[in-house]
Amino acid sequence: MSSKTAAPAKDIRKIIIASSVGTLIEWYDFYIFGSLATVIAGQFFPKSNPTAGLLSTLATFAAGFVVRPFGALVFGRLGDLIGRKYTFLLTLILMGGSTFAIGLVPGYERIGFVAPLLVLLLRLLQGLALGGEYGGAATYVAEHSPDHRRGFYTSWIQATATVGLFVSLGIILLTRHILDPDTARSIEKFNDWGWRIPFLLSILLVAISVYIRMKMQESPLFQQLKTEGRLSTNPLKESFGHKANLKVVLLALFGATMGQGVVFYTSQFYAQSFLETVCKIDFDQAKTMLLIAILLATPFFVVFGGWSDKVGRKWIMMIGMLLAIATYPVLFRQMLSISSPDGRAELSDQKEIRTSVAFIGSSSRDLIRTSSTLRHYDGGLLVTETQKDTVFASGKAAAKPVVTATRTLGSGDYWKMVGVLFLMVVYVTMVYGPIAAFLVELFPTRIRYTSMSLPYHIGNGIFGGMTPFIATLLTTITTGNKLVGLWYPIGVTAICLVIGALYIPSRPRGLEA
Amino acid sequence: MNILKRLLGIIWITLGPVVLYWLIRTGAGEIAKNPTANTRVQWSVFILIFIPIVVGLVLFGYYSLKGEYDNGK
Repeated sequence: MSSKTAAPAKDIRKIIIASSVGTLIEWYDFYIFGSLATVIAGQFFPKSNPTAGLLSTLATFAAGFVVRPFGALVFGRLGDLIGRKYTFLLTLILMGGSTFAIGLVPGYERIGFVAPLLVLLLRLLQGLALGGEYGGAATYVAEHSPDHRRGFYTSWIQATATVGLFVSLGIILLTRHILDPDTARSIEKFNDWGWRIPFLLSILLVAISVYIRMKMQESPLFQQLKTEGRLSTNPLKESFGHKANLKVVLLALFGATMGQGVVFYTSQFYAQSFLETVCKIDFDQAKTMLLIAILLATPFFVVFGGWSDKVGRKWIMMIGMLLAIATYPVLFRQMLSISSPDGRAELSDQKEIRTSVAFIGSSSRDLIRTSSTLRHYDGGLLVTETQKDTVFASGKAAAKPVVTATRTLGSGDYWKMVGVLFLMVVYVTMVYGPIAAFLVELFPTRIRYTSMSLPYHIGNGIFGGMTPFIATLLTTITTGNKLVGLWYPIGVTAICLVIGALYIPSRPRGLEA
Repeated sequence: MNILKRLLGIIWITLGPVVLYWLIRTGAGEIAKNPTANTRVQWSVFILIFIPIVVGLVLFGYYSLKGEYDNGK
């Protein structure tokens, strides 16, 4: 789009706010399911029922991997046929409605098998909506932006995924702690019914966003094509059936979005899981460290997006990938070292052993005996080992005791860990900040929504979304090396870097109608 | 640079089937180790969604080999 036909600065602010808020809410909706997966599994997918367990796997895999690219195709096509505004309004309503409905579904104990089935269907709708939202928002903002500011303006859309994660973690943490003055009881209430609050809250956020988006105009470039009768009649065929466009779609996937998706998921999700399951960091502390890192790094989306208008999109993304490949092993090793008691002196005089006994339910005489050993180390590290034994009144043999260990970092180590996480999120901002502008500039207006959405969601949903699963799988295949899970993100990002560096042209282009 | 891009095309064409073979072999091993419906579904989803991506990678390599990504094209 030329500077003459771009929206005035005042209008573009409104356009960015309207688009970003909606996209942020969609990410929020998508992430709360993931962040609450364990609690939701307990409510809807009991392990005792194998069919419910199977539905749980489908809810995780199908919505995360398969449905997102389908959403990109369905809504991308719609966006190129009827317009950006109504399509991404539809995706927002679909996402908000599904999220709200998940908060209302009664648990497995009340309605049985229907409960997990309903949750699975709603989760699939969420994935479908997410697949359609991003391309619409990025295209809409880009088509209002002047050429020399497109990277800067679209970077606000890019920041929404990370801010959505931030908001979802923040609301979950807050809700876990406000349901009762006693923290343990509050968490118990949260696991019982409080987890529904973040889902129900979504409807309020979506209503505000829909109201804002309703007031917006259609994209000027799309409107121009419509007036001139030059809209595509078959965007899917034009996008993927013609070699000239298909080869660009393939380049976008293998040279940019594949690596970008993997860096995104490694830095924000695999790192989170690594903190909790490998480093054994306390749940709340792991979440707050990530929250701070995200908060500090988020402005860099706009910094790198804006910078890409001056120096080009390609090399910022490529350097982000290169840094990730070169430093992931060092940073993850650092995470292990910061959280490890090895090599630290134990403060033996501060060692504590706490035991407690509680009845299982109000009418049962069976007991759970909890024994916690708290060990303090220099630097403020606290290692808590908890063992839970069930004692049956009938004299039945007790089940195997459940032993868990959590570590809580001292202040100095806490900030070191925040620093490590911050660096990783900065890599995300480098690969992610300029990518919307990069993608929209690759494709013509008549098939832009369809063409850019598919590589984006294959890169993010499939390559990125699979990161935690493949990394964990590698850990189980090659035991003994805690960092072996990094081979997947490093390998995929390295291939993407070679393809991107060699095949992608360096300078940004203008948007052509 | 164009020659390098074309030569790398051969690597991308080869890489696709290699990745698919690795996925199928690992998936079969994992299913044999833990033959539950969950494992079967998980690996079937992995392999099914990777088939079109592998086809895409081979096609990318083919275009690359044919010079479709040459500078100035």
